[in-house]
Amino acid sequence: MDIAFLITAAAILAGAAGAMAARNVVHCALCGVVSFAGLAVAFLQLRAEFVGFAQLLVYVGAVAILIVVALLLTRNFEAMHEALAFRPWTLGLAIALLVSGAVVSAILGSGLTGRAPSSAPVPAVKEIGDLLMTRYVVALEVVGVLLTVALIGAALVALREDGPAQRAKPGERGPVEGRPED
Amino acid sequence: MFDALDQLFVSLKHWLVGQLPAALQPWASLVISAAAILGVFMTLFALTVLIERKGLGRIQNRYGPNRVGPWGLLQPMADFIKMLTKEDIVPSGADRVVHFVAPLVMVVPVLLAYAVIPVGRNMAAVDFNAGLLFFFAVGACIELAVFMAGWSSRNKYSLLGGMRAIAQMISYELPLILSTLPVVMLAGSMSLVDITDAQGGHYGGWLARWHVFTPWGLAGLLLFTVAATAESNRAPFDLPEGESEIIAGHLVEYSGFKYALFFIGEYLGMFAVSALGITLFLGGWRAPVLWLEWVPSYMWFFLKLGGFVALFIWLRGTLPRLRADHLMNLAWKFLLPLVLLNAMSAALWHYTAQWTFAGAGLARWLLCASLVGVPYVVLGRRLFAGQHIGPRTYRMAA
Repeated sequence: MDIAFLITAAAILAGAAGAMAARNVVHCALCGVVSFAGLAVAFLQLRAEFVGFAQLLVYVGAVAILIVVALLLTRNFEAMHEALAFRPWTLGLAIALLVSGAVVSAILGSGLTGRAPSSAPVPAVKEIGDLLMTRYVVALEVVGVLLTVALIGAALVALREDGPAQRAKPGERGPVEGRPED
Repeated sequence: MFDALDQLFVSLKHWLVGQLPAALQPWASLVISAAAILGVFMTLFALTVLIERKGLGRIQNRYGPNRVGPWGLLQPMADFIKMLTKEDIVPSGADRVVHFVAPLVMVVPVLLAYAVIPVGRNMAAVDFNAGLLFFFAVGACIELAVFMAGWSSRNKYSLLGGMRAIAQMISYELPLILSTLPVVMLAGSMSLVDITDAQGGHYGGWLARWHVFTPWGLAGLLLFTVAATAESNRAPFDLPEGESEIIAGHLVEYSGFKYALFFIGEYLGMFAVSALGITLFLGGWRAPVLWLEWVPSYMWFFLKLGGFVALFIWLRGTLPRLRADHLMNLAWKFLLPLVLLNAMSAALWHYTAQWTFAGAGLARWLLCASLVGVPYVVLGRRLFAGQHIGPRTYRMAA
């Protein structure tokens, strides 16, 4: 176990712990970002370039932004100053141990640990692309349709109910824009 | 002789690394590359600030800085000392930790992005297999920095600026990334070194095979430049800062060196995205014509970068700031359909490569160009159709 991995693991765990323990929700979100970025670094240490960069692009670039924007748009978010952690901490600890125990036992039982580490993977991005376009093309298309539906749905939800006809014409001066008479 | 000049910095680095014990060599190689990137682009930053102030001054019919040193050349030094010695003020209501970290989150990813840019022949610090993805992945961290700055300042203008910046950067990231799609499709690689190599060779024995000389490449470069201007928050897309409406947005509560870090991050981001545009569409470090191949590759790269910077300064001095709804309309209703069509145009270009009849080259060019050009005209007219844009009136100060 090398020192780079230890530092990364410590950063991931510290980020996760901070996300649960911080009293301010935006701090929670930012601690979560530390954890996401640490995961990306861990992927890079495993020489999974594409997954690492995608993790950074999607989680730090999109999911983190989504979380903070959602927090800011939520009403009364200033009032939330309670830590998210479970109050009876023994319960929280028990759940954490249970989940991580299940994951670790699944990994140990999968036979992956017995296999010798493969040599450095061959140029991976091209192969991922080839597989996505041939073998997994249906799954890719389904995900694409799902995301499009989500996008259209979000636009519909955000659309104002009075419809576009009621909107002030651009160029017309609304009452807000008008300057006080000088 | 020309080869030696072209590889001057590469050989210099090899010689320097060779002087060290073998255990240190991989580290030394990285440190030297990082130091070179930092030194060169920081110098370029200082020069650009001076040229921008001078250029904007000329556009606005005034002189610009001309007091410090000959022709004002030492102005960047004076600015730097001023920034360093200014008092660092943190608002009492601010979130001190996040307020402190935000400038660092801004600058570090921008500097990382330079790692994958080939600034000359054999002159990329690292050649990632997914270099383009790396560039966009680290670029995505900038949005977070702007949000952190805007939120932690506890100032409504800061928060407004931060939210505007997030909305703008997310909207324009889509056309920016999609406009690079045709390049990846046709080069068959996401490594920026490979993409530069894919633009080697010459048309008709003299004109370089840059992507910009193909219809999809030309359209792609234009779309990329618009999206890149918005992504780097440059005028006319400087709504997040908008000094005349929200008094510099997320930067309001920053002073001293923290402000300077944001400033540096913004300019370095502009250079980085220009460098990406050059690598993707303008042949990277390659010469435009065969008989100019003897000029060292890095000279070509920085010449093109200078051209991009001049363009950005010119745009800033010329165009007024967009309104927020126009900004969103431009990204979602105009740029996005066009970048998707441009990808189709690139595919058509690829599959018509076998055409051999007389005038095939011209027919192919026109066909692919019209696939983007006709929608450009139709879409532009339709989007402007419902809007009553009268003649512009100016009111001069009496």
